[in-house]
Amino acid sequence: MHPSNDPGSADAGRPDAPLPGGPRTDRITGLPTGSAPIVAGGPIVAFDNVSKNWGDNQVLKALNFNVNPGEKVSIIGPSGSGKTTILRILMTLESPTEGQVHVDGDVLWNVKHGDKIRETKVMRATRRKIGMVFQGFNLFPHMTALENIIEAPVHVLGMNKAEARDRAAELLQLVGLGAHMNHTPPQLSGGQQQRVAIARALAMRPKVLLFDEPTSALDPELIGEVLNVIRNLANSTDMTMLMVTHEMRFAEEISDRVVMFDHGSAVESGPPEQIFKNPQEERTRAFLQAVLKH
Amino acid sequence: MIWDNAFAISIIPMLLKGLWVTIQLTLLGTLIAAVLGLVAAVIRRLNIPVVSPLVSFMVIFIRGTPLLIQAYVAFFVLPIYGISFNAFTTGVVIIGINYSAYMAEVYRSGIQGVSVGQWEAATALSLPTVRTWCRVILPQAVRTVIPMLGNYLIQMFKDSAVLSAITVVELMATAQSIGTSTYRYLEPLTMAGALFLLVSYPASRLVNKLERRYAPKQ
Ligand SMILES: Nc1ncnc2c1ncn2[C@@H]1O[C@H](COP(=O)(O)OP(=O)(O)OP(=O)(O)O)[C@@H](O)[C@H]1O
Ligand SMILES: [Mg+2]
Repeated sequence: MHPSNDPGSADAGRPDAPLPGGPRTDRITGLPTGSAPIVAGGPIVAFDNVSKNWGDNQVLKALNFNVNPGEKVSIIGPSGSGKTTILRILMTLESPTEGQVHVDGDVLWNVKHGDKIRETKVMRATRRKIGMVFQGFNLFPHMTALENIIEAPVHVLGMNKAEARDRAAELLQLVGLGAHMNHTPPQLSGGQQQRVAIARALAMRPKVLLFDEPTSALDPELIGEVLNVIRNLANSTDMTMLMVTHEMRFAEEISDRVVMFDHGSAVESGPPEQIFKNPQEERTRAFLQAVLKH
Repeated sequence: MIWDNAFAISIIPMLLKGLWVTIQLTLLGTLIAAVLGLVAAVIRRLNIPVVSPLVSFMVIFIRGTPLLIQAYVAFFVLPIYGISFNAFTTGVVIIGINYSAYMAEVYRSGIQGVSVGQWEAATALSLPTVRTWCRVILPQAVRTVIPMLGNYLIQMFKDSAVLSAITVVELMATAQSIGTSTYRYLEPLTMAGALFLLVSYPASRLVNKLERRYAPKQ
């Protein structure tokens, strides 16, 4: 139904707009705003030998995959290669069949083959360090934008309501929706909903923020506004960001590192210049050729 | 038998008293059904060992037997085992429990209708389970259930006539007893029917309105 022009092109080339809502501070992540992330040694996300099977379908194959603190990593790869599965395991929406996942030094998963999956206290605590922005927004439709954002800070972090509201207002400013506080999701466009969803995730001050194709459910003309918000976040925070995306130009622009997935393995990982200009693997080359042709 | 206007008018106060009992039965019964049905639906969904299957079994059992038999057992058999309440209380509880089994199904479909993305967002935000149910899932599930609740209320309003069998003096029982004591059935039964319709018709219209208002937005 929509014109099949190159999505995102409207804004992709635009220079960074300054963040609405004032200084880029540690308000967002709680981390110092210096350019260099504090590397206390070791990755913030570590997959060790993680496998995921759906019946006979092995979606992740003994995957080893690390992300360093503050790193902005884009995951690309063909459909069904396991990109979403990685994010869902990190968010504990899915369990691995086998393997270990550590986040910020804490165990998120430690599963041996055939183990019964149980939600543990440690897992619940570790999960709070992670936030996720979904392809379909998943806002609570019966709550206003503001209510969506303060829900978890008040009822999970125990923040007092007035403070949570102030912060939510700031975050809405940050995503350019200061005037839409009291709108409910059905009253907002897709792009606006996704921006509220980003603000909602930020309100929990996650150390790692996951994005699963954050713009692929949007009409082409709304993609740019969401990419702008993500770009500003990437440029202004030390938060670790892990994004699955089909927006190749955007991934090239904002990522410190791009990881190419195929059949449940990372086939190539490197700086965007390498992946997009000079891929070392045949499969990366073939994939990029196929997607960039359109 | 010819319609006797004077007689008809003379029995209006008695019938209205019966109608009032019927209305009370219905409102209290619906309240019980709405609450118990919700509890049953949530318990079934939580998949608690032993408890959830037990609730499922009770739902099937209640739906599989006639209300009249349930009412008889509760009123005439249970007292043998020392459990007895007056007819009205027994009637309200039994019809409430009976309808809760149907309401449980309605709630279940309402809960199922909430998209999995809502659960996932709640997990991603680390919302506690109770908070997820009360603030995220149920408000959305119940919204779609409200018109069905209205339909069951109207159905219960008519069904409550069954409880005349266990001596609850509601509208139907009142009409019958007027009949047996005066040997005139035409007026009391006709008027009782008219009174049922007089309440249930506007109520149906109201439910239709609610249905439109709470129709899922998209
Ligand atoms: N709930 C499930 N049950 C069975 N198979 C599943 C389930 N979820 C995912 N899969 C399978 O796992 C594989 C990887 O899925 P995943 O969603 O991670 O792929 P993806 O790389 O994100 O693909 P896309 O680009 O299409 O989003 C697919 O083959 C998919 O069919
Ligand atoms: Mg995916």
